[in-house]
Parts: sequence; C-alpha cells; structure tokens
Amino acid sequence: MDLRFSGEDQAFQEKARTFIERNLPADIGEKVKGGLRLYKDDYVRWHKILAKQGWLVPEWPEEHGGTNWTPVQRYIFLEEQARAYAPRLVAFGIKMVGPVIYTFGSPRQKQHYLPRIVSAEDFWCQGYSEPGSGSDLASLQTKAVRKGDHYIVNGSKTWTTMAQYADHMFCLCRTDPNAKFQEGISFLLIDMKQPGVEVKPIRTMDGSQEINTVYLTDVKVPVEDRVGEENKGWTYAKFLLSHERSGIARIGASKAQLDKLRQIAAAEPCGDGYLIDDEDFRREIAQIEIDLHTLEYTELRALTASAKGEAPGPEANVLKIRGTELQQKISELLMQAMGYYAMPFVPEALEHGYNEDPVGPQAAAPLAAQYFNMRKTSIYGGTNEIQRNIIAKMVLGL
Amino acid sequence: MDFSLNEEQQLLKDSVDRFVRENYGLADRRKLVASPDGFGRDNWRIMAELGWLGAALPEAYGGTGGGPVETMVIMEGFGRGLVVEPYFASVVLGGSLILQGGTDAARREILPPLAEGRIQLAFGFAERQSRYDLFDVDTKAAKSGSGFVLSGHKGVVLHGGGADKIVVSARTAGARREKAGITLFVVDADAAGVSRRAYQTIDGLRAAEVALENVEVPADAVIGSVDGGMPLIEDAARRGIAALAAEAVGIMDTMQSLTNDYLKTRQQFGRPLGKFQALQHRMVDILIACEESRSAALIATLRLDDEDASRRDKAVAAAKVKIGQSARFIGQSAIQLHGGMGMTDEMQISHYFKRLTMIDLMFGDHAYHLKRYPAL
Ligand SMILES: Cc1cc2nc3c(=O)[nH]c(=O)nc-3n(C[C@H](O)[C@H](O)[C@H](O)COP(=O)(O)OP(=O)(O)OC[C@H]3O[C@@H](n4cnc5c(N)ncnc54)[C@H](O)[C@@H]3O)c2cc1C
Ligand SMILES: Cc1cc2nc3c(=O)[nH]c(=O)nc-3n(C[C@H](O)[C@H](O)[C@H](O)COP(=O)(O)OP(=O)(O)OC[C@H]3O[C@@H](n4cnc5c(N)ncnc54)[C@H](O)[C@@H]3O)c2cc1C
Repeated sequence: MDLRFSGEDQAFQEKARTFIERNLPADIGEKVKGGLRLYKDDYVRWHKILAKQGWLVPEWPEEHGGTNWTPVQRYIFLEEQARAYAPRLVAFGIKMVGPVIYTFGSPRQKQHYLPRIVSAEDFWCQGYSEPGSGSDLASLQTKAVRKGDHYIVNGSKTWTTMAQYADHMFCLCRTDPNAKFQEGISFLLIDMKQPGVEVKPIRTMDGSQEINTVYLTDVKVPVEDRVGEENKGWTYAKFLLSHERSGIARIGASKAQLDKLRQIAAAEPCGDGYLIDDEDFRREIAQIEIDLHTLEYTELRALTASAKGEAPGPEANVLKIRGTELQQKISELLMQAMGYYAMPFVPEALEHGYNEDPVGPQAAAPLAAQYFNMRKTSIYGGTNEIQRNIIAKMVLGL
Repeated sequence: MDFSLNEEQQLLKDSVDRFVRENYGLADRRKLVASPDGFGRDNWRIMAELGWLGAALPEAYGGTGGGPVETMVIMEGFGRGLVVEPYFASVVLGGSLILQGGTDAARREILPPLAEGRIQLAFGFAERQSRYDLFDVDTKAAKSGSGFVLSGHKGVVLHGGGADKIVVSARTAGARREKAGITLFVVDADAAGVSRRAYQTIDGLRAAEVALENVEVPADAVIGSVDGGMPLIEDAARRGIAALAAEAVGIMDTMQSLTNDYLKTRQQFGRPLGKFQALQHRMVDILIACEESRSAALIATLRLDDEDASRRDKAVAAAKVKIGQSARFIGQSAIQLHGGMGMTDEMQISHYFKRLTMIDLMFGDHAYHLKRYPAL
C-alpha cells in the first residue's frame, strides 16, 4: 500500500497544471471562480483549447483520440482543471454519446461523429427524460416509427440540459410499442437543426436558463443514425450511465469551492474579527474537509481498482450521493457566509464585465442563486433516492 | 392553557386567508414582483381598509387594539400567499419601534397614517460589517445645535427603497461594538443627504442600501432615549422574529400540503410516488418539522411581553433556531420530492423555498441564535 501518487503521476500533475495555467483564458476563469453566467462560447473555447492539445477525450481509446492516461492521471487532470477554475467539461459528447458510439456504433457513425466530438465541433445534448418518465426512465413514450430508411419521431423530452446550444441529441425512443418497458427502446442520434424540433427554455428557480423541453413533431431520423440494434437501446443507455466514473463526485470542483469559501470567510467581518475565526464556522469547514478528503480516497480506491481491471462495485452510486451532498453543503455555507448580503438579487451582476459597484461584498452576488441552483445535483443523473434504491438492490441484494 | 383564537382573531384569520386565496395566485404575485414598486398599491389599500395594518396598534393611535397574536395570524396568512406588500418592514418593525419607543407626539404623528396605509416605514439596523449583531453600529450621529447630523451606511434595509420614513440606528457615543451609546432616529427618506439604492431580493421582495451623508435631523427625531436605543432595537427584533416565525409556519404548512398532493398525483413505476416508503418517511419528517415549528412560533409570540426577560429571550431564540432548521429541511426536501419540477420557476414550490430560506437569515440565522441561547 502507498498513499502517495507515483513519481510519474506527480510529473503528470505538474505538466497538466502548467498547461492549464498557460492556456485557460483569464475571462473564463474569472467567470467560473466568480460564479458568473457561462455561455456556449465559454465552454466551446475551453473544449477547443483542450482539443488542440489532444486532451479533450483522454479516456477514449487512442485510435479515436484518447490519450492512454491511467484512471488516476485522468483524475488528476480533472482535479487540476477544477483547481484552476476551468469550466466543467460538457459531458454529453465526451463522456456519454462518444463512448456509446465507439463501443456500439456503426463504422459510418464512428467516422462521422467521433472526430467532430474530439475536435469540439459538435455540441450534444441528452434526450432521456420525459415529462412522464423521470426516475422511471424505461416508461418513456417518445415514439419512433419506421418508414423505409427513416424513423418518424414524435414526442417530447424534457429537462434537456443545453439543448438550446446543441447540434445533436442522443435520444431514447420507443420503437416497439408492444414490448415490455426496457425492451422496445432504441437509441437514436437526432439532428437538432431540422424542422419538427422545437426547443423551449425552462427557467429554473435561480433565474438561469440551462434546461429545456424539446418537442419532436414528425422528425425524420435516418435509420443509419440508430446506434446498435433496434429495440436494444436500453442496453446502450445503461452502458452510458455506468461508463465513466472518474469525476462523478466532482471532488475537484468542491475543493475549489471550499477554497473560495475560505477566502470569503477570511474577508467577511464577524464580531471583532473575521468569519474564518468563528468557532462554529471553522467546525463546519473542518467537517467538509474531512468529508471531502474521505470521499476523495473512496474515489481513488475505486479508480485504482478499475485500473487493475477489477469489476466496478457500488462506488459510482456512492460517489454520486456523497459528492452531490457535499457540493450542496458547500454552496449553502457560501450563502450563509454572506449574512444579509446573500439576499440582494441583481441579475446583471452575474454577467462578466458588470461595471457597477456591487451591492455588499464583491463575491456575494451569485451565492444565493448558486445555492438554489445546486439543489439540482441530487435530482439529475438519477436522483439520490434512485441511487440509494440501486445500491440497496444491486449491492445489498435487498 | 388555551391555544385557540378568540372570535375576532378567527374572523381576522378567515379574512386574511380569503384575501390570499382570491388575490395571491402565483401569476398575481409574479406581476407584483415585477412591478416598479414591487408590491400592489391596491392590495396595500385593502389591507388598510380591512384594519390589518392597525391590527396590533392601540385604538388611540388609529389601530384596533390587538397585539402579537393578531400579527401572528396575519403573518401566517401572508406566508401562505408569499405576500410581497411591506407589512413586515413597515408595520411589524417600523410600527413596533414607534409604538414602543416614540413620544406621544411621534406616535400621533406617525401611527395613524401608518394604519391607514398612507405612509410606509422601514428599519435600517444592519451595516456592512455588523453581520447579525444588532449592537454593531458604525453610523455616527453627532450633536449639532439642538438636533443631530447622521453619517454612515445602512445595508439591506427591507423595503427601504419605497419607505417614506426610515428608522435608523446610529452611534451617539461609545465604540463600534458597544451596546451603550446607540440611538434610534426617524429619518425622512427624502431628506437632504439620504441616498438609496433599491434592488430586488432573491425571494421577490425589495430592499435598499441607504447611505446617510451629513443628514440633519431635529431633536424630536430621536426614538426612545439618546444613547439608550439598544433595548428598543432588541424589542423590535424579537417582535420581528416572532412575526417571521409565523410567516415561516404559513410557508412550511403550504409546502407540506403542496408536496403531499404532488406525491399523491405524480406517478412513476406504475404507482403514485407517495407509495414509496422512502418518500413516505421523508414526508412524515416534514410533518414533524412543521408541527415543531408551529409550537416554537406560538411560544415566541405568547412570550413577547413576558416579564421574565430570560424566558422571553429564550423563547424567541428557540423559535429562530427551530424555524431555521426546519426551513432548511422542509425546503430542501420539498424541492427534492418534486424532482425536476421542483427546480423550475414555473412551480410555486420553488418560490416558497426561496422565501423560507431567506427568513433564516433575517435577524440572525439558526447557528447565530443557537450560539446565543445558552447565555440568555
Ligand atoms: C437541472 C437538471 C438537468 C437535467 N438534465 C437532463 C438532461 O440533460 N437530459 C435528461 O434526459 N434528463 C435531464 N434531467 C432529468 C433528471 O434526470 C430527472 O429530473 C430525474 O431523473 C428525476 O426525474 P423526475 O424529475 O421526473 O422526478 P420523479 O421521477 O418524478 O421523482 C420525484 C421524486 O420522487 C423520488 N422517487 C421516484 N421514484 C422513486 C422510488 N422508486 N423510490 C424512492 N423515491 C423515488 C425521486 O427521487 C424524487 O425525489 C435533468 C434534471 C435537472 C433538474
Ligand atoms: C437523465 C438521467 C440520467 C441518469 N443517470 C444515471 C447515472 O448516471 N447512474 C445511474 O445509476 N442511474 C442513472 N439514472 C437512473 C437510471 O436511468 C434508471 O432510472 C435507474 O437505473 C432505474 O432503472 P433500471 O433499469 O435500473 O431499472 P431496473 O432496476 O432494471 O428496474 C426495472 C423495472 O423495475 C421497476 N422498478 C425499479 N425500481 C423500482 C422501485 N424502486 N419501485 C418499484 N418498481 C421499480 C420498474 O418498473 C422498472 O422499469 C439516470 C436517469 C436519467 C433520467
């Protein structure tokens, strides 16, 4: 046993850190650190910088553009990005549909779609959930009816993150209405820029606009854009959900937020000193640190096991549950740190380049909104209740 | 012991509940929040006409002679509707300060128009550095002739932007964090040297930063005694906390029933969500937190005028702790149990969640009061 990163990993860390420091555009870093609003262009610029270096899809097989890094190195890379306040990588192409395509896709699909993900040319979104099918995803109703060499797709997808930016959506559709739930579903790649696709924004409680409902009316999808076999889509969907486990707990992002919390607390007056000196607050921070540290090593244990080829255990679900709880707790402490100045809501102050004097401390503007926004993390990607159900059933056999 | 409302109080409750039911749908509220004033002038007039603005004021000053229980009834009803009119800032805080600390002349001048809805008050007590300490006051009031000159900054003054008069705490003696040496002044919002920056708060209300630059006020602007403002400030804070606790109870109760209804109607896996035991237990814990909060709010209200100061202060701090903790648990749970729907601006549940979360911050969050409690 050895707790330290190997010399090789340390050298890798140095290399990654230097690259990120030199190449992350300052305005993007400021937005992420300041909790300001990010737009498509911010994500795409960062993706393209990594793409140019050949580092956008490290976990992919080398033949498709991967880097052959170890899971621990991939972990380090994500960690270093978060530490530098780089924007999170948008998972839909890189971590979700890409691996599905290189694992199950046709030669044409591989040739056409993968390079466009590797180069950050295409923006993807995930069309799984529907108004009537969230946790019970397999009950989905969007229909794809075969007409010659096309499917005609009708239905609606909802909560679709960044659909307003997307060129394509990978979409679960029912192709056999008579089959039992999971069995009649196919995995289709849908061009978003075509008639019959309508994207309607959903405003979330924090005032941001990152999710949408996507209405599909007689949308034509070539049969060659179906991944794998007809009616076997659920298999690919579940593969995707369990595929990439590194980064699921978002440890790096939580560490960066915790750093920010410390900085804010050190500047926030409290009594005769600063909030950082307040015993109760120190205790809260200490608790988070302990939890984060423990979770980090839980993740690293899982990663080193998978590097040795051991079968995945319950970690993915454990990491999702605890990781989101910690993200939420930190966002809560950030809001509480501001006292009354968490209350003012000046939406313009969430845009980069806002020039007016802040109301209260500079850091305050986005914090309450962020707290409200972070409630999503225990809902999306399979709610924390569903994660617990999965552990109870699959791991504990209950 | 008797925890029931008397006949007039019950009538008051019925009329507040009816008003909220008929006038405070989410769409109505949205319009008010987006309007220039941030609330409804018509609503404000109705509230005055129905006697709510004077419900806790003596008849001699234009009220109907009620007290904390009347305030509680109104605030709980307002919580159910997420009412945005400045009742809390103007009447509960402003009204208490004038009633408890004002001279007879000041009461006669200010309270009747307050009850009639003709003037609006606000209370500026917090400052950039004060956090939740009411005695941390850096704004200065220097003697000048027979009056005073005020300079400083009051932060996050609830409904400060639309107020006609703002009661502010300022230091007439002592160091920044001394309890003695603080004096309360009524300042006309349009007096020379007063500038305000008004903004929305995340829960749909309004607040303002109020800057005071050599603002001249006459001697009779003082509320209470010179250097002796602290007990009055604490009294207003206690009344404010009891009122907020009642508002929170109205909100929690509503969130409980909205969530319960959602679990009964929303189906997944071929059955209503409410059939999943994990969610049933969470719902039961929500109910327990609601019941505890209601008790805590009630005790705080009934102890506001208790002659035993320690018993009174403990009841109020306990309510703030309980309400804050329940707010967190109920708010977060209600959103979680609504799934994606809970995240949307379209669903009313998220608006209740935001207001409930901000109530925890007013006059000190649960951690702050838990820390003070043992010494009370
Ligand atoms: C911000 C955000 C972004 C999202 N992005 C995407 C996206 O890009 N693409 C996409 O396809 N989807 C996306 N989703 C959808 C997300 O995956 C679903 O919201 C989630 O799966 C829950 O489904 P639901 O909202 O229908 O809630 P429901 O399934 O109705 O659940 C409501 C509540 O009931 C609980 N519950 C349900 N079943 C059980 C059970 N059996 N036992 C115990 N508790 C249960 C849930 O845990 C939850 O608390 C996003 C959601 C959000 C909030
Ligand atoms: C956008 C999105 C992202 C997601 N991301 C992830 C992820 O990253 N990781 C992850 O693990 N999951 C994720 N999920 C959840 C996942 O897709 C399924 O909802 C979850 O795994 C349950 O489906 P299953 O195939 O395991 O159902 P199974 O366990 O195979 O169940 C089959 C059937 O059993 C029944 N059933 C299952 N559970 C219950 C129950 N509690 N009570 C009653 N009947 C039940 C239903 O009829 C169900 O259709 C995500 C869901 C969405 C919508």
